[in-house]
Amino acid sequence: MLIFKTILASAILLLSLVVAMYSTLIERKIAGFFQDRLGPNRAGPWGLLQPLADGIKLFFKEEFMPNTADKFLYILGPSLTMLIACLTSAVIPWGPDIVINGQVFSLQMADVNIGILYIFAIVSIGVYGIMIGGWASNNKYALLGAVRASSQMISYELAMSLSIITIVMMSGSLSMRDIVNQQQGFNWNIWYQPLGFIIFLICAFAETNRSPFDLPECETELVGGYHTEYSSMKLGFYLFSEYINMFISGAVMATLFLGGYHFPFIDKLGLSPNAFAFVSFLVLFAKITFFGFIFMWVRWTLPRFRYDQLMRLGWKALIPLAILNVLITGVVILLNQ
Amino acid sequence: MERTFIPSDYIPIVVQSVVALGFVVITMVLTHFIGGKRKKIHTLRKEENFECGIEVRGNARFPFSVKYFLIAILFVLFDVEIIFFYPWAINFKDFGWNGFLEMLLFLFFLLFGFYYIYKKGALNWEE
Repeated sequence: MLIFKTILASAILLLSLVVAMYSTLIERKIAGFFQDRLGPNRAGPWGLLQPLADGIKLFFKEEFMPNTADKFLYILGPSLTMLIACLTSAVIPWGPDIVINGQVFSLQMADVNIGILYIFAIVSIGVYGIMIGGWASNNKYALLGAVRASSQMISYELAMSLSIITIVMMSGSLSMRDIVNQQQGFNWNIWYQPLGFIIFLICAFAETNRSPFDLPECETELVGGYHTEYSSMKLGFYLFSEYINMFISGAVMATLFLGGYHFPFIDKLGLSPNAFAFVSFLVLFAKITFFGFIFMWVRWTLPRFRYDQLMRLGWKALIPLAILNVLITGVVILLNQ
Repeated sequence: MERTFIPSDYIPIVVQSVVALGFVVITMVLTHFIGGKRKKIHTLRKEENFECGIEVRGNARFPFSVKYFLIAILFVLFDVEIIFFYPWAINFKDFGWNGFLEMLLFLFFLLFGFYYIYKKGALNWEE
């Protein structure tokens, strides 16, 4: 069992990394499409080798460290960010159980009874990676970017955890697998919780520092934000972890709101358990891809928020709306009982 | 479909942590050794902090706006209160109307505090 879990953990890590690498290419392709140009097309057919070239370049770049920086924290910052990005996926159910040699294995690292709380706990540690990195560089732009990032992330975390409460009220469980299993077929949570879904989606943009909330790395004011002083793979860790976070938040949204790996009629196809698990995984992956496209679509369509607008949206609009959503959900559930 | 959860459910999380930590450490060490080999060149100008090409004045250990600190304090307060919602939400259907009304009372205090900080202008960034 432990061997299977180790393989699964490595597979998930590899999957996140490959998806993150190719998200950079797809993002540039989509940006090209939106701006009526081609996007990267030199390295390999359709630019397919571009992410590899970028990764190798980052590996071979000279490591730079400002002489005023705090050396230990300077290295800890990106490492922590990357570590946190790789840990969030532990409670996501990637598919139904598979059978190997008559033994049943679960395609989920850990089915713990605090699944959602685990995700929130890990995501909130992510603030430290950015804050430590920005502070340790001893650069004014990096510090401003880091302070903005942490302030923004903790503000939107409130609305995020409030919007999930309604899901917990409906399902009566914090375990991700229970929540997925209650959304069989087309019985997805999004039909019951459209407001909660929209709040969660907006907060996911803010938590992953994606445009229109990319103020921490807003290049027109802050050069590069918290990673101004970083180079080589340390910079790569910051950039990759953003895409991994995007992938994982897409997976979380698909699991909580879009029924995870469930899709109408695929359980009627009469597939063997392993083929069924594979098809279900593809369904989940398609949903994640859909969210990934939304992330990119919004980034290349909307302008960036101003900082006071960002804070006003988070505190004065999303939090009261989320509380209202809790009240409405409570009344509706109790009236239907 | 009552399922039991046991502490050993958490072992895979430890496995995943070890795998992720291994990946991060190996990559960091690898990039340190195969990265550019011009480390012998240490000059003051090169290792200065980036400041858009002008001379660096002071360092980044300066006080920043107190608003950020205020947000952090408010976050701690509200996050603790939101965590109280979770046990209630799990047992929501068992509690029924009674639990809902009790939660309304808690929510009233929460929103009262929210209204107070709102009126005090703690959430205004303009001034």
